[in-house]
Amino acid sequence: MTAVHEELRNVPPVKLVVQNVSKTFATRHGPVHALDDISLSVREGECVCMVGPSGCGKSTLLNIIAGLETPDSGAVLADGKPISAPGRDRMVLFQESALFPWLDVMGNLMFALKLKPNLNKQARREVALYYLGLVGLGKFAHSHIHELSGGMKQRVALARAMAPNPRVLLMDEPFAALDAITREQLYDDIQRIQEERPKTIIFVTHNVREAACLGDRVLLFAPRPGRIEGEFPVPLSRPRDFGSLDVARHASEVMHALKHHLQSEGMEATE
Amino acid sequence: MRRVLSPIFFFGALVVAWEALVRAGIWSPVMIPSPLSVGEYFWRAGMDGTLGGAMLVTLRRLLLGYFIGLLIGLPLGFMTARFRICKDTLGVVALGLQTLPSICWVPLALLWFGQTEVATLFVVIMGTVWSALIATDHGVRTISPIYVRAAMTMGSRRLHTWVKVILPASLPFIVSGMKQGWAFAWRSLMAAEIYVTILTGFGLGQLLHYGRELHAMDQVIAVMLIIILIGLLADKILFSPWERFLHRRWGTTE
Repeated sequence: MTAVHEELRNVPPVKLVVQNVSKTFATRHGPVHALDDISLSVREGECVCMVGPSGCGKSTLLNIIAGLETPDSGAVLADGKPISAPGRDRMVLFQESALFPWLDVMGNLMFALKLKPNLNKQARREVALYYLGLVGLGKFAHSHIHELSGGMKQRVALARAMAPNPRVLLMDEPFAALDAITREQLYDDIQRIQEERPKTIIFVTHNVREAACLGDRVLLFAPRPGRIEGEFPVPLSRPRDFGSLDVARHASEVMHALKHHLQSEGMEATE
Repeated sequence: MRRVLSPIFFFGALVVAWEALVRAGIWSPVMIPSPLSVGEYFWRAGMDGTLGGAMLVTLRRLLLGYFIGLLIGLPLGFMTARFRICKDTLGVVALGLQTLPSICWVPLALLWFGQTEVATLFVVIMGTVWSALIATDHGVRTISPIYVRAAMTMGSRRLHTWVKVILPASLPFIVSGMKQGWAFAWRSLMAAEIYVTILTGFGLGQLLHYGRELHAMDQVIAVMLIIILIGLLADKILFSPWERFLHRRWGTTE
């Protein structure tokens, strides 16, 4: 029991510092400058949302912070230590759920927990059930993945990402494929869970309103080369309602800047 | 109930039509034997052990060759999927040899190994290896890279990733590759047995061949029916359980 308590202890969120990160990809149409000298600092427990048109490098930056890609130059520091590989302190929630269809719901959570030393089978089960309860799917421990709806899959994926008790959550357009009603429920859930188990969150999205609803700060990215074009604090109290006027006001501020930027670049705002 | 009755009725009608055609006497009974004489052959050859023995010999050759083929083909498929150099060398060889009908291996096998068990084994293995290799390679390549990335964030690396993620993720493809390999192995063995007389064992293919030599049409048809039956049973026994499992787990359509 003590091992479980120890495992479920809230770990302090981490401070992330991105220092002069650049990344170029070679493509058939020549090199693409995905990130150009990006610097940014994220406070412990802060939720930073990154918005911007396709190809602005926001997902690349998220992958670099996850350790799934390496920058050409620059560094990412987590509490002062440079990141060089993926680690359980930084978990990722992908756009598709990335759940393993050959395992049931419980098996997916256990996959993450089995890779953690110092926990016996019973303790791992208890921890897994705790996180399933946290996302409201305690009754679905033995469901197969294909039996779940899109929203449920993302909840399980969130539980699996939370299970190793990371200090950073990296979310790459996790709700983009869901319908509007499901998405709004998930906004409430994310905020409730963040209240219970605070993490440093980086949230990549196309949806400006989603960013204003979830973020303490919204960063506007611009493409070619990928860079941060603007920064918008969202000093609203929580929990926030996706439909509230305050959220809409902040969203329109970001949207306005985005449109302005796109016009100055001679591009269409397609999102 | 209907699903049981309609095939029974269908095949019953087929046999009756067959018997009626034979009785009409349009064709010589040497060319088209009656179902009854085929049944008699079944009874005779079944009782004196000819059929059972031939089935045993054939199945032993088939299973041995097939499993050796899988044992070689599956790991090689993983290697061509994993290492570029293997894909550019071995992968090309596999693609080429897979297009070669397995019967084409028979002359070579005979010259190398003579009229021995090894010759048939070789032909069956050659029939299995390349299709199993290509299916595995294809399976590993088609799995979504997101699984590996997700596993890496959870702390999975190298061997753990291969055993716990890539292998199970490509299982549906591997099973269909194994099924294809089975079909190739079965066809190549029949070809080899009809073509090559091997004195150490008398298989179904040889029974078929001697049926022709002796003008024993009842034997030819009976052996063909048995070959069909074995193909169907193998599908039910070897692959159906896997496919049901995959269907339940992955939610793939059958």
